[in-house]
Amino acid sequence: MAVNNSSPKDHSATIEHTGRGPLTADELAALIARNIPAGSYVNLGIGQPTRVADHLHPSSGIVLHTENGMLGMGPAAAGGQVDPDLINAGKLPVTELPGAAYFHHADSFAMMRGGHLDVCVLGAFQVSVTGDLANWHTGERDAIPAVGGAMDLAIGAKDVYVMMTLFTKDGAPKVVPACTYPLTGVRCVTRIYTDLAVLDVTPHGLVARETFGASIAELQARLNITMDTP
Amino acid sequence: MSRTLVLDTADEAVAGIEDGSTVLISGFGLAGMPFDLIDALIRQGAKDLTIVSNNAGNGEIGLAALLKAGRVRKVICSFPRQADSYVFDGLYRAGKLALEVVPQGTLAERLRAAGAGIGAFFCPTGVGTPLAEGKETRVLGDRTYVLEYPIAGDVALIGAFKGDTLGNLVYRKTARNFGPVMATAARTVVVQVNEVVPTGSLDPEAVITPGIYVDRLVAVPARRYIVEGA
Repeated sequence: MAVNNSSPKDHSATIEHTGRGPLTADELAALIARNIPAGSYVNLGIGQPTRVADHLHPSSGIVLHTENGMLGMGPAAAGGQVDPDLINAGKLPVTELPGAAYFHHADSFAMMRGGHLDVCVLGAFQVSVTGDLANWHTGERDAIPAVGGAMDLAIGAKDVYVMMTLFTKDGAPKVVPACTYPLTGVRCVTRIYTDLAVLDVTPHGLVARETFGASIAELQARLNITMDTP
Repeated sequence: MSRTLVLDTADEAVAGIEDGSTVLISGFGLAGMPFDLIDALIRQGAKDLTIVSNNAGNGEIGLAALLKAGRVRKVICSFPRQADSYVFDGLYRAGKLALEVVPQGTLAERLRAAGAGIGAFFCPTGVGTPLAEGKETRVLGDRTYVLEYPIAGDVALIGAFKGDTLGNLVYRKTARNFGPVMATAARTVVVQVNEVVPTGSLDPEAVITPGIYVDRLVAVPARRYIVEGA
């Protein structure tokens, strides 16, 4: 359902933090970490989403999956802990937690594709209002395409969270009516976490859960899209 | 297939690989990559190879060395572009290498299918993206799937941890990755391990790749590397 811009809209169900924000990448990572249900099996994508791990409390019982064949991934390895046989999806050395399990690649991706992961957090170039995701290719002719596990994660996890800034450095919206970059997955994103707003993707359109340093009205105007309230 | 041959050198292990072969190479980044078998393949001289591997080489070792030696015609992988994939990047941009990018889970499953006698399978990954263009699709239930075909190798080169004289293999941590599926998917499977142990000394409950899949086995001292980010 679209917001009617011509009449005042009651945004009381959405928390508008107009005096706080935009969020830093670390604050955003902490927010995502707080929102992941305790006990979830979670995959964190390469890059910014990796930061979410720094804010997960051990008591949450959240288990991290890494696409290269492990559940129970621990923090980054340092010094004598570094083991070339124990790396994460970004090929950086990590550690194992008690209760960790290893498996081969076909099992690791069956785990994703089969809908066994509760949440994945991915970076993005663009997300459409219907939840289409573009995060693997800028579409430039001379770019070397590299998809890795992004498409499998996008269609596999029960909840697909995107973590990104709402606008590019040049000010272009990254939440768009339709993606202009090549797609990673169709209608797969369930929630968009950005520095300025947290948006749910629903069958009826975007729903603003929270805003940071901006009102819903301002964001709708800058994005030139409509969003509903919870 | 006949019983596993335990050989003394990597050169003996790669003997007979023909020009134009499709070669499956295990590893995720450098973890699980069979460095000594690849170096032996460079010495052996086979050319016009099609390589199937998750990545397309790091630095100038392992797969990157094989590319640099000019022996490869085509790479089938999920993620060629990395921080230190400059050998691949240069050859690709110069038009000297063909590239087929496959989503990582689809790559693993296509290999698994080849080893498991599956003629083709419908996969939800990549639907609506450029990587599914031109492929047959089917709606099953409420979901759209892409028809994917097996990838079989003439040869697989695999890095594992230990093997017994019957070819039973165990792996170590995330170095397992593509080894177990590739071991099922090639006509001739060549494995390097850190150590060959007497038959009966591996716990049968812990064997990951049963010896039926392994044709040639060679013990070489461990050479393990860490990628500096990817």
